[in-house]
Amino acid sequence: MKAEGETGGAPEASRRHSERGIQFESVLVANRGEIARRIIRTVRRMGLRAIAVYSEADAGLPYVGEADEAVPIGPAPAAGSYLDVGGVLGAARRTGAAAIHPGYGFLAESAEFAARVIDAGMTWVGPPPSAIEQMGDKINARNLMEQAGVPVAAGSKEPVADVGAAVAEAARIGYPVMIKAAAGGGGIGMSAAANEAELRAGFETARTRAERFFGSSDILLERCIERARHVEVQILGLNDSRVLALGERDCSVQRRHQKVAEETPSPGVTPELRARMLAAAIRAGEAVGYRGAGTVECLVDTQAQDFVFLEMNTRLQVEHPITEMVTGIDLVEQQLLIAAGGETSFDPTGVTNNGHAVELRVYAEDPRRFLPSPGVITEWSEPSGPGVRVDAGYAAGNEVTPYYDPLLAKLCAHGSCRDEALQRARDAVAAFRISGPKTNLPFHAELLESAEFASGRYDTSVIARLRP
Amino acid sequence: MTEVRAEMVANVWQVVASEGDEVADGDTLVILESMKMEIPVLAEAPGTLTKLAVAEGDVVQEGDLIAVIE
Repeated sequence: MKAEGETGGAPEASRRHSERGIQFESVLVANRGEIARRIIRTVRRMGLRAIAVYSEADAGLPYVGEADEAVPIGPAPAAGSYLDVGGVLGAARRTGAAAIHPGYGFLAESAEFAARVIDAGMTWVGPPPSAIEQMGDKINARNLMEQAGVPVAAGSKEPVADVGAAVAEAARIGYPVMIKAAAGGGGIGMSAAANEAELRAGFETARTRAERFFGSSDILLERCIERARHVEVQILGLNDSRVLALGERDCSVQRRHQKVAEETPSPGVTPELRARMLAAAIRAGEAVGYRGAGTVECLVDTQAQDFVFLEMNTRLQVEHPITEMVTGIDLVEQQLLIAAGGETSFDPTGVTNNGHAVELRVYAEDPRRFLPSPGVITEWSEPSGPGVRVDAGYAAGNEVTPYYDPLLAKLCAHGSCRDEALQRARDAVAAFRISGPKTNLPFHAELLESAEFASGRYDTSVIARLRP
Repeated sequence: MTEVRAEMVANVWQVVASEGDEVADGDTLVILESMKMEIPVLAEAPGTLTKLAVAEGDVVQEGDLIAVIE
Protein backbone atom coordinates (compact mmCIF):
# COMPACT_ATOMS: atom_id res chain seq x y z
CA MET A 1 0.00 0.00 0.00
CA LYS A 2 1.16 3.49 -0.75
CA ALA A 3 1.04 6.06 1.98
CA GLU A 4 1.85 9.44 0.53
CA GLY A 5 -0.05 11.37 3.18
CA GLU A 6 2.00 9.92 5.99
CA THR A 7 5.31 11.29 7.09
CA GLY A 8 8.07 10.16 9.39
CA GLY A 9 9.80 6.80 9.84
CA ALA A 10 9.25 4.45 12.75
CA PRO A 11 12.24 5.42 14.98
CA GLU A 12 11.50 9.13 14.73
CA ALA A 13 7.80 8.52 15.35
CA SER A 14 8.49 6.33 18.39
CA ARG A 15 10.74 8.94 19.91
CA ARG A 16 8.18 11.60 19.22
CA HIS A 17 5.30 9.78 20.86
CA SER A 18 7.34 8.86 23.91
CA GLU A 19 8.41 12.48 24.30
CA ARG A 20 4.77 13.48 24.06
CA GLY A 21 3.91 10.86 26.65
CA ILE A 22 1.46 8.44 25.04
CA GLN A 23 -0.07 6.63 28.00
CA PHE A 24 -0.90 3.41 26.19
CA GLU A 25 1.27 0.92 24.33
CA SER A 26 -1.39 -1.12 22.54
CA VAL A 27 -4.46 -0.33 20.47
CA LEU A 28 -7.31 -2.70 19.61
CA VAL A 29 -8.87 -1.81 16.27
CA ALA A 30 -12.59 -2.62 16.50
CA ASN A 31 -13.19 -2.78 12.77
CA ARG A 32 -12.40 -4.74 9.60
CA GLY A 33 -11.26 -4.39 6.00
CA GLU A 34 -9.47 -1.39 4.59
CA ILE A 35 -9.97 0.91 7.60
CA ALA A 36 -8.67 -1.65 10.10
CA ARG A 37 -5.61 -2.13 7.91
CA ARG A 38 -5.04 1.60 7.54
CA ILE A 39 -5.28 2.21 11.31
CA ILE A 40 -3.02 -0.76 12.09
CA ARG A 41 -0.38 0.72 9.76
CA THR A 42 -0.17 3.97 11.74
CA VAL A 43 -0.42 2.24 15.14
CA ARG A 44 2.59 0.07 14.26
CA ARG A 45 4.54 2.95 12.71
CA MET A 46 4.18 4.79 16.04
CA GLY A 47 5.77 1.82 17.79
CA LEU A 48 2.53 0.70 19.43
CA ARG A 49 1.11 -2.84 19.43
CA ALA A 50 -1.83 -3.31 17.04
CA ILE A 51 -4.57 -5.79 17.95
CA ALA A 52 -7.11 -6.84 15.33
CA VAL A 53 -10.49 -8.50 15.80
CA TYR A 54 -12.14 -10.54 13.06
CA SER A 55 -15.34 -12.42 12.34
CA GLU A 56 -15.42 -15.95 10.93
CA ALA A 57 -15.83 -14.46 7.44
CA ASP A 58 -12.76 -12.23 7.68
CA ALA A 59 -10.02 -14.54 9.01
CA GLY A 60 -8.10 -14.42 5.73
CA LEU A 61 -8.14 -10.65 5.11
CA PRO A 62 -4.84 -8.75 5.00
CA TYR A 63 -5.49 -6.64 8.12
CA VAL A 64 -5.67 -9.77 10.29
CA GLY A 65 -2.20 -10.85 9.22
CA GLU A 66 -0.67 -7.39 9.53
CA ALA A 67 -1.70 -6.83 13.17
CA ASP A 68 0.67 -7.84 15.98
CA GLU A 69 -2.13 -9.94 17.44
CA ALA A 70 -5.55 -10.93 16.10
CA VAL A 71 -8.50 -12.43 17.91
CA PRO A 72 -11.72 -13.98 16.56
CA ILE A 73 -14.86 -12.30 17.89
CA GLY A 74 -17.73 -14.27 16.43
CA PRO A 75 -19.77 -15.25 13.41
CA ALA A 76 -19.99 -13.44 10.08
CA PRO A 77 -23.14 -11.37 10.74
CA ALA A 78 -21.95 -8.12 12.32
CA ALA A 79 -24.57 -8.25 15.09
CA GLY A 80 -22.69 -11.19 16.62
CA SER A 81 -19.17 -9.88 16.02
CA TYR A 82 -18.22 -6.27 15.13
CA LEU A 83 -21.40 -4.86 16.71
CA ASP A 84 -21.19 -7.03 19.83
CA VAL A 85 -20.12 -4.58 22.56
CA GLY A 86 -19.49 -7.30 25.15
CA GLY A 87 -17.53 -9.40 22.66
CA VAL A 88 -15.27 -6.53 21.60
CA LEU A 89 -14.65 -5.46 25.21
CA GLY A 90 -13.90 -9.08 26.13
CA ALA A 91 -11.34 -9.30 23.32
CA ALA A 92 -9.75 -6.08 24.59
CA ARG A 93 -9.51 -7.46 28.14
CA ARG A 94 -8.07 -10.80 27.02
CA THR A 95 -5.38 -9.13 24.91
CA GLY A 96 -4.54 -6.45 27.45
CA ALA A 97 -5.44 -3.68 25.02
CA ALA A 98 -4.91 -0.24 26.52
CA ALA A 99 -6.91 1.69 23.91
CA ILE A 100 -9.68 1.04 21.38
CA HIS A 101 -9.90 2.69 17.95
CA PRO A 102 -13.36 2.09 16.44
CA GLY A 103 -12.66 3.14 12.83
CA TYR A 104 -15.90 4.18 11.10
CA GLY A 105 -19.29 2.42 11.05
CA PHE A 106 -20.06 -0.46 13.46
CA LEU A 107 -19.56 0.89 17.02
CA ALA A 108 -17.74 4.11 16.07
CA GLU A 109 -20.71 6.35 16.81
CA SER A 110 -22.11 4.44 19.78
CA ALA A 111 -21.92 6.71 22.82
CA GLU A 112 -22.71 3.69 24.97
CA PHE A 113 -19.76 1.74 23.60
CA ALA A 114 -17.44 4.73 24.07
CA ALA A 115 -18.59 5.09 27.69
CA ARG A 116 -18.07 1.39 28.38
CA VAL A 117 -14.55 1.51 26.94
CA ILE A 118 -13.75 4.40 29.27
CA ASP A 119 -15.45 2.70 32.26
CA ALA A 120 -13.33 -0.38 31.63
CA GLY A 121 -10.25 1.79 32.16
CA MET A 122 -9.18 1.90 28.53
CA THR A 123 -8.50 4.90 26.31
CA TRP A 124 -11.25 5.66 23.80
CA VAL A 125 -9.80 6.92 20.51
CA GLY A 126 -12.64 9.25 19.70
CA PRO A 127 -14.56 12.25 20.96
CA PRO A 128 -16.22 12.39 24.40
CA PRO A 129 -19.34 10.16 24.57
CA SER A 130 -21.40 13.31 25.23
CA ALA A 131 -20.36 14.75 21.84
CA ILE A 132 -21.27 11.48 20.10
CA GLU A 133 -24.66 11.47 21.80
CA GLN A 134 -25.42 15.12 21.02
CA MET A 135 -24.57 14.71 17.34
CA GLY A 136 -26.00 11.16 17.01
CA ASP A 137 -29.56 12.37 17.26
CA LYS A 138 -29.95 14.36 14.04
CA ILE A 139 -32.84 16.42 15.39
CA ASN A 140 -30.90 17.38 18.49
CA ALA A 141 -27.84 18.14 16.34
CA ARG A 142 -29.84 20.45 14.08
CA ASN A 143 -31.28 22.35 17.04
CA LEU A 144 -27.86 22.59 18.69
CA MET A 145 -26.21 23.86 15.51
CA GLU A 146 -28.89 26.47 15.01
CA GLN A 147 -28.20 27.77 18.54
CA ALA A 148 -24.46 27.84 17.76
CA GLY A 149 -25.04 30.03 14.71
CA VAL A 150 -24.49 27.27 12.13
CA PRO A 151 -27.08 27.50 9.31
CA VAL A 152 -29.53 24.56 9.04
CA ALA A 153 -32.18 23.74 6.40
CA ALA A 154 -35.84 24.23 7.28
CA GLY A 155 -36.91 21.05 9.08
CA SER A 156 -38.19 19.18 12.12
CA LYS A 157 -37.42 20.43 15.61
CA GLU A 158 -38.78 17.19 17.14
CA PRO A 159 -39.51 13.63 15.90
CA VAL A 160 -42.43 13.39 13.44
CA ALA A 161 -45.00 11.19 15.21
CA ASP A 162 -47.00 9.75 12.30
CA VAL A 163 -47.87 10.19 8.66
CA GLY A 164 -50.48 12.86 9.44
CA ALA A 165 -47.93 14.90 11.37
CA ALA A 166 -45.48 14.40 8.51
CA VAL A 167 -47.92 15.83 5.97
CA ALA A 168 -48.53 18.88 8.19
CA GLU A 169 -44.80 19.33 8.82
CA ALA A 170 -43.98 19.07 5.10
CA ALA A 171 -46.60 21.71 4.31
CA ARG A 172 -44.82 24.05 6.73
CA ILE A 173 -41.31 23.23 5.41
CA GLY A 174 -42.23 23.14 1.74
CA TYR A 175 -41.65 20.35 -0.84
CA PRO A 176 -39.47 18.63 -1.82
CA VAL A 177 -38.53 17.16 1.57
CA MET A 178 -36.05 14.53 2.70
CA ILE A 179 -37.36 11.78 5.01
CA LYS A 180 -34.55 10.81 7.40
CA ALA A 181 -33.92 8.55 10.37
CA ALA A 182 -33.18 10.73 13.41
CA ALA A 183 -30.68 8.15 14.68
CA GLY A 184 -29.30 7.49 11.22
CA GLY A 185 -26.52 8.82 9.09
CA GLY A 186 -24.50 8.20 6.00
CA GLY A 187 -27.57 8.40 3.80
CA ILE A 188 -28.89 4.95 4.78
CA GLY A 189 -32.69 4.71 4.80
CA MET A 190 -33.06 8.26 3.51
CA SER A 191 -35.51 9.19 0.76
CA ALA A 192 -36.86 12.26 -0.97
CA ALA A 193 -40.54 13.16 -1.41
CA ALA A 194 -41.55 15.67 -4.07
CA ASN A 195 -45.19 15.86 -2.96
CA GLU A 196 -47.72 14.60 -0.41
CA ALA A 197 -48.36 11.31 -2.23
CA GLU A 198 -44.65 10.44 -2.21
CA LEU A 199 -44.38 11.45 1.44
CA ARG A 200 -47.30 9.20 2.39
CA ALA A 201 -45.76 6.33 0.40
CA GLY A 202 -42.27 6.80 1.82
CA PHE A 203 -42.97 7.54 5.47
CA GLU A 204 -43.68 4.02 6.77
CA THR A 205 -40.82 2.51 4.77
CA ALA A 206 -38.51 5.09 6.30
CA ARG A 207 -39.75 4.18 9.80
CA THR A 208 -39.26 0.46 9.21
CA ARG A 209 -35.75 0.96 7.91
CA ALA A 210 -34.85 3.39 10.69
CA GLU A 211 -35.94 0.83 13.29
CA ARG A 212 -34.06 -1.95 11.55
CA PHE A 213 -30.80 -0.15 10.80
CA PHE A 214 -30.54 2.24 13.73
CA GLY A 215 -32.79 0.79 16.46
CA SER A 216 -35.02 3.87 16.57
CA SER A 217 -37.96 4.65 14.34
CA ASP A 218 -37.79 8.42 14.99
CA ILE A 219 -38.10 10.34 11.73
CA LEU A 220 -37.31 13.90 10.79
CA LEU A 221 -38.17 15.88 7.69
CA GLU A 222 -35.84 18.40 6.14
CA ARG A 223 -36.22 20.72 3.17
CA CYS A 224 -34.50 19.10 0.20
CA ILE A 225 -32.04 21.34 -1.60
CA GLU A 226 -31.99 20.37 -5.26
CA ARG A 227 -28.86 20.62 -7.40
CA ALA A 228 -26.77 20.88 -4.25
CA ARG A 229 -23.20 19.83 -3.65
CA HIS A 230 -22.32 17.73 -0.63
CA VAL A 231 -19.28 19.37 0.95
CA GLU A 232 -17.83 18.50 4.35
CA VAL A 233 -15.18 20.02 6.59
CA GLN A 234 -12.54 17.96 8.42
CA ILE A 235 -12.13 19.18 11.97
CA LEU A 236 -9.68 18.25 14.71
CA GLY A 237 -10.45 19.10 18.33
CA LEU A 238 -7.31 19.63 20.41
CA ASN A 239 -6.83 19.01 24.13
CA ASP A 240 -6.51 22.76 24.79
CA SER A 241 -10.12 23.12 23.48
CA ARG A 242 -9.08 24.66 20.15
CA VAL A 243 -10.85 23.23 17.10
CA LEU A 244 -8.96 23.24 13.78
CA ALA A 245 -10.56 23.05 10.33
CA LEU A 246 -8.29 21.19 7.88
CA GLY A 247 -10.11 22.08 4.68
CA GLU A 248 -13.13 20.62 2.92
CA ARG A 249 -13.95 17.58 0.80
CA ASP A 250 -16.52 17.52 -1.99
CA CYS A 251 -18.56 14.31 -1.81
CA SER A 252 -21.22 15.08 -4.41
CA VAL A 253 -20.65 11.97 -6.53
CA GLN A 254 -23.23 9.66 -4.93
CA ARG A 255 -25.47 6.76 -5.82
CA ARG A 256 -28.45 5.95 -3.57
CA HIS A 257 -27.22 8.75 -1.25
CA GLN A 258 -23.92 6.88 -0.79
CA LYS A 259 -20.59 8.47 -1.69
CA VAL A 260 -18.67 7.04 -4.63
CA ALA A 261 -15.93 9.64 -5.25
CA GLU A 262 -14.58 12.63 -3.33
CA GLU A 263 -12.13 15.43 -3.99
CA THR A 264 -10.40 18.26 -2.18
CA PRO A 265 -10.53 21.19 -2.56
CA SER A 266 -14.11 21.42 -3.81
CA PRO A 267 -14.26 22.90 -7.32
CA GLY A 268 -17.66 24.40 -6.44
CA VAL A 269 -16.67 26.43 -3.39
CA THR A 270 -15.25 29.96 -3.64
CA PRO A 271 -12.59 31.13 -1.15
CA GLU A 272 -15.18 33.36 0.51
CA LEU A 273 -17.68 30.48 0.97
CA ARG A 274 -14.89 28.17 2.13
CA ALA A 275 -13.90 30.65 4.84
CA ARG A 276 -17.49 30.80 6.10
CA MET A 277 -17.87 27.00 6.05
CA LEU A 278 -14.62 26.38 7.92
CA ALA A 279 -15.58 28.99 10.55
CA ALA A 280 -19.02 27.34 10.98
CA ALA A 281 -17.43 23.88 11.30
CA ILE A 282 -15.17 25.20 14.07
CA ARG A 283 -18.23 26.62 15.88
CA ALA A 284 -19.97 23.25 15.48
CA GLY A 285 -17.03 21.45 17.09
CA GLU A 286 -16.71 23.99 19.88
CA ALA A 287 -20.45 23.72 20.65
CA VAL A 288 -20.03 20.07 21.70
CA GLY A 289 -16.53 20.27 23.22
CA TYR A 290 -15.13 18.18 20.39
CA ARG A 291 -11.85 16.23 20.72
CA GLY A 292 -10.10 14.34 17.95
CA ALA A 293 -11.08 13.94 14.30
CA GLY A 294 -14.61 14.71 13.15
CA THR A 295 -16.42 15.82 10.04
CA VAL A 296 -19.07 18.49 9.61
CA GLU A 297 -21.19 17.64 6.56
CA CYS A 298 -22.98 20.43 4.70
CA LEU A 299 -25.08 20.92 1.61
CA VAL A 300 -23.95 23.75 -0.64
CA ASP A 301 -26.32 25.63 -2.90
CA THR A 302 -23.82 26.68 -5.54
CA GLN A 303 -26.13 29.16 -7.25
CA ALA A 304 -26.73 31.04 -4.01
CA GLN A 305 -23.15 30.31 -2.79
CA ASP A 306 -24.62 29.36 0.57
CA PHE A 307 -24.65 26.25 2.75
CA VAL A 308 -26.58 24.42 5.49
CA PHE A 309 -25.45 21.93 8.14
CA LEU A 310 -26.37 18.32 7.37
CA GLU A 311 -24.84 16.19 10.10
CA MET A 312 -21.65 15.72 12.03
CA ASN A 313 -19.78 12.44 11.88
CA THR A 314 -18.05 11.97 15.20
CA ARG A 315 -15.28 9.67 13.96
CA LEU A 316 -12.69 9.16 11.27
CA GLN A 317 -14.30 9.56 7.84
CA VAL A 318 -13.95 7.01 5.01
CA GLU A 319 -12.54 9.70 2.69
CA HIS A 320 -9.99 11.11 5.17
CA PRO A 321 -6.99 10.10 2.97
CA ILE A 322 -7.49 12.97 0.52
CA THR A 323 -7.17 15.47 3.38
CA GLU A 324 -4.01 13.64 4.48
CA MET A 325 -2.60 13.92 0.96
CA VAL A 326 -3.06 17.69 0.66
CA THR A 327 -2.06 18.53 4.27
CA GLY A 328 0.69 15.92 4.80
CA ILE A 329 -0.95 15.13 8.17
CA ASP A 330 -1.61 11.54 9.31
CA LEU A 331 -5.07 11.93 10.86
CA VAL A 332 -4.99 8.57 12.64
CA GLU A 333 -1.73 9.59 14.33
CA GLN A 334 -3.38 12.81 15.53
CA GLN A 335 -6.38 10.83 16.84
CA LEU A 336 -4.05 8.63 18.88
CA LEU A 337 -1.96 11.56 20.17
CA ILE A 338 -5.07 13.54 21.16
CA ALA A 339 -6.70 10.48 22.79
CA ALA A 340 -3.51 10.09 24.84
CA GLY A 341 -3.93 13.65 26.10
CA GLY A 342 -1.03 14.94 24.02
CA GLU A 343 -0.43 17.48 21.31
CA THR A 344 -0.55 17.04 17.57
CA SER A 345 2.60 16.07 15.66
CA PHE A 346 2.29 19.23 13.53
CA ASP A 347 2.10 22.95 14.31
CA PRO A 348 -1.64 23.71 14.55
CA THR A 349 -1.04 27.29 13.37
CA GLY A 350 0.96 26.27 10.29
CA VAL A 351 -1.27 23.94 8.26
CA THR A 352 -1.27 24.50 4.50
CA ASN A 353 -3.23 22.53 1.91
CA ASN A 354 -1.15 21.73 -1.17
CA GLY A 355 -2.43 20.66 -4.56
CA HIS A 356 -5.51 18.59 -5.26
CA ALA A 357 -6.54 15.05 -4.32
CA VAL A 358 -9.32 12.71 -5.42
CA GLU A 359 -10.60 9.44 -3.92
CA LEU A 360 -12.46 6.76 -5.86
CA ARG A 361 -14.29 4.15 -3.82
CA VAL A 362 -13.81 0.77 -5.46
CA TYR A 363 -16.96 -1.23 -4.69
CA ALA A 364 -17.80 -4.88 -5.37
CA GLU A 365 -20.79 -4.03 -7.54
CA ASP A 366 -21.73 -4.10 -11.17
CA PRO A 367 -20.83 -0.83 -12.88
CA ARG A 368 -24.20 -0.39 -14.64
CA ARG A 369 -26.86 -0.82 -11.97
CA PHE A 370 -24.58 -0.74 -8.90
CA LEU A 371 -25.95 -4.01 -7.53
CA PRO A 372 -23.76 -5.93 -5.04
CA SER A 373 -21.41 -8.54 -6.45
CA PRO A 374 -19.82 -10.71 -3.77
CA GLY A 375 -17.43 -13.50 -4.71
CA VAL A 376 -13.88 -14.84 -4.57
CA ILE A 377 -11.11 -12.50 -5.78
CA THR A 378 -8.99 -14.38 -8.30
CA GLU A 379 -6.77 -11.46 -9.35
CA TRP A 380 -5.81 -8.30 -7.44
CA SER A 381 -3.13 -5.95 -8.75
CA GLU A 382 -2.93 -2.40 -7.38
CA PRO A 383 -1.69 0.59 -9.35
CA SER A 384 1.27 2.63 -8.13
CA GLY A 385 3.12 5.74 -9.18
CA PRO A 386 3.65 9.36 -8.13
CA GLY A 387 0.79 10.69 -6.04
CA VAL A 388 -1.09 7.37 -5.98
CA ARG A 389 -2.28 5.83 -2.70
CA VAL A 390 -4.37 2.67 -2.39
CA ASP A 391 -6.05 1.78 0.92
CA ALA A 392 -7.24 -1.77 0.26
CA GLY A 393 -9.08 -4.25 2.42
CA TYR A 394 -8.63 -7.29 0.22
CA ALA A 395 -6.05 -9.26 -1.77
CA ALA A 396 -6.11 -12.11 -4.29
CA GLY A 397 -7.68 -15.25 -2.82
CA ASN A 398 -9.96 -13.40 -0.39
CA GLU A 399 -13.69 -13.84 -0.57
CA VAL A 400 -15.95 -10.78 -0.62
CA THR A 401 -18.94 -11.87 1.45
CA PRO A 402 -22.47 -10.41 1.50
CA TYR A 403 -22.28 -9.56 5.21
CA TYR A 404 -20.58 -6.16 5.02
CA ASP A 405 -20.50 -3.05 2.86
CA PRO A 406 -19.12 -3.42 -0.68
CA LEU A 407 -15.99 -1.24 -0.24
CA LEU A 408 -12.96 -3.13 -1.56
CA ALA A 409 -10.43 -0.32 -1.70
CA LYS A 410 -10.00 3.43 -1.88
CA LEU A 411 -7.96 4.57 -4.83
CA CYS A 412 -6.56 8.06 -4.20
CA ALA A 413 -4.55 10.34 -6.46
CA HIS A 414 -2.80 13.59 -5.57
CA GLY A 415 -1.41 16.18 -7.97
CA SER A 416 -0.18 19.76 -7.95
CA CYS A 417 -3.48 20.82 -9.55
CA ARG A 418 -6.89 19.23 -10.28
CA ASP A 419 -5.98 18.28 -13.85
CA GLU A 420 -2.88 16.44 -12.70
CA ALA A 421 -4.76 14.64 -9.91
CA LEU A 422 -7.50 13.54 -12.32
CA GLN A 423 -4.99 12.35 -14.93
CA ARG A 424 -3.17 10.31 -12.28
CA ALA A 425 -6.52 8.90 -11.19
CA ARG A 426 -7.40 7.92 -14.80
CA ASP A 427 -4.07 6.13 -15.21
CA ALA A 428 -4.46 4.40 -11.84
CA VAL A 429 -8.00 3.21 -12.62
CA ALA A 430 -6.77 1.75 -15.92
CA ALA A 431 -3.95 -0.06 -14.12
CA PHE A 432 -6.04 -1.51 -11.26
CA ARG A 433 -6.76 -5.20 -11.96
CA ILE A 434 -9.46 -7.00 -9.98
CA SER A 435 -11.04 -10.27 -11.16
CA GLY A 436 -13.77 -12.30 -9.50
CA PRO A 437 -16.45 -9.97 -8.15
CA LYS A 438 -17.65 -7.31 -10.55
CA THR A 439 -16.33 -3.88 -9.57
CA ASN A 440 -17.26 -0.29 -10.34
CA LEU A 441 -13.81 0.48 -11.80
CA PRO A 442 -15.36 0.85 -15.30
CA PHE A 443 -17.77 3.38 -13.80
CA HIS A 444 -14.87 5.38 -12.36
CA ALA A 445 -13.18 5.44 -15.77
CA GLU A 446 -16.42 6.75 -17.24
CA LEU A 447 -16.86 9.34 -14.48
CA LEU A 448 -13.33 10.69 -14.94
CA GLU A 449 -13.93 11.00 -18.69
CA SER A 450 -17.32 12.66 -18.34
CA ALA A 451 -17.54 16.30 -19.32
CA GLU A 452 -19.60 17.13 -16.25
CA PHE A 453 -17.14 15.74 -13.70
CA ALA A 454 -14.11 17.02 -15.59
CA SER A 455 -15.59 20.54 -15.64
CA GLY A 456 -15.92 20.52 -11.85
CA ARG A 457 -19.45 21.91 -12.21
CA TYR A 458 -21.38 18.91 -10.92
CA ASP A 459 -23.80 18.24 -8.06
CA THR A 460 -25.29 15.25 -6.21
CA SER A 461 -27.30 14.25 -9.30
CA VAL A 462 -24.23 13.67 -11.47
CA ILE A 463 -24.57 9.86 -11.37
CA ALA A 464 -28.30 10.05 -12.13
CA ARG A 465 -27.41 11.99 -15.28
CA LEU A 466 -24.69 9.49 -16.24
CA ARG A 467 -27.16 6.61 -15.67
CA PRO A 468 -30.51 7.94 -16.94
CA MET B 1 -43.73 -21.14 -16.50
CA THR B 2 -41.21 -18.53 -15.33
CA GLU B 3 -38.50 -19.27 -12.80
CA VAL B 4 -37.19 -16.37 -10.76
CA ARG B 5 -33.61 -16.88 -9.58
CA ALA B 6 -31.20 -15.00 -7.29
CA GLU B 7 -28.77 -12.68 -9.07
CA MET B 8 -26.20 -12.82 -6.26
CA VAL B 9 -25.29 -14.29 -2.89
CA ALA B 10 -27.66 -12.70 -0.40
CA ASN B 11 -29.75 -13.14 2.72
CA VAL B 12 -33.51 -13.33 2.39
CA TRP B 13 -34.73 -10.36 4.42
CA GLN B 14 -38.46 -10.30 3.68
CA VAL B 15 -40.86 -12.56 1.83
CA VAL B 16 -43.49 -10.20 0.48
CA ALA B 17 -45.68 -12.49 -1.65
CA SER B 18 -47.34 -15.83 -0.79
CA GLU B 19 -47.81 -19.02 -2.77
CA GLY B 20 -51.08 -18.84 -4.70
CA ASP B 21 -50.92 -15.06 -5.17
CA GLU B 22 -51.79 -13.59 -8.55
CA VAL B 23 -48.83 -11.37 -9.44
CA ALA B 24 -48.23 -8.77 -12.12
CA ASP B 25 -44.99 -8.27 -14.03
CA GLY B 26 -42.74 -6.18 -11.77
CA ASP B 27 -44.42 -7.00 -8.44
CA THR B 28 -42.02 -7.46 -5.54
CA LEU B 29 -41.90 -11.11 -4.42
CA VAL B 30 -39.01 -11.15 -1.97
CA ILE B 31 -36.50 -8.62 -0.64
CA LEU B 32 -32.93 -9.83 -0.44
CA GLU B 33 -30.16 -8.17 1.53
CA SER B 34 -26.54 -8.15 0.44
CA MET B 35 -23.75 -5.78 1.43
CA LYS B 36 -26.05 -3.60 3.51
CA MET B 37 -28.35 -3.09 0.54
CA GLU B 38 -31.94 -4.19 0.04
CA ILE B 39 -32.52 -5.79 -3.34
CA PRO B 40 -36.15 -6.43 -4.35
CA VAL B 41 -36.73 -9.58 -6.41
CA LEU B 42 -39.48 -8.86 -8.92
CA ALA B 43 -41.94 -11.03 -10.80
CA GLU B 44 -40.62 -11.34 -14.35
CA ALA B 45 -44.05 -12.24 -15.80
CA PRO B 46 -47.69 -12.03 -14.75
CA GLY B 47 -49.36 -15.18 -13.40
CA THR B 48 -49.92 -17.33 -10.33
CA LEU B 49 -47.12 -17.77 -7.83
CA THR B 50 -47.07 -21.57 -7.64
CA LYS B 51 -43.86 -21.97 -5.68
CA LEU B 52 -41.90 -19.85 -3.23
CA ALA B 53 -38.60 -21.60 -2.60
CA VAL B 54 -37.15 -19.36 0.14
CA ALA B 55 -38.01 -18.29 3.66
CA GLU B 56 -36.94 -15.24 5.66
CA GLY B 57 -33.43 -15.70 7.01
CA ASP B 58 -32.32 -18.11 4.25
CA VAL B 59 -29.03 -17.55 2.45
CA VAL B 60 -29.29 -17.82 -1.34
CA GLN B 61 -26.45 -18.35 -3.80
CA GLU B 62 -26.28 -16.84 -7.28
CA GLY B 63 -28.66 -18.79 -9.52
CA ASP B 64 -30.71 -20.34 -6.68
CA LEU B 65 -34.42 -20.68 -7.36
CA ILE B 66 -36.55 -18.11 -5.53
CA ALA B 67 -40.02 -18.53 -7.05
CA VAL B 68 -42.02 -20.09 -9.89
CA ILE B 69 -44.77 -18.18 -11.70
CA GLU B 70 -47.22 -20.01 -13.97
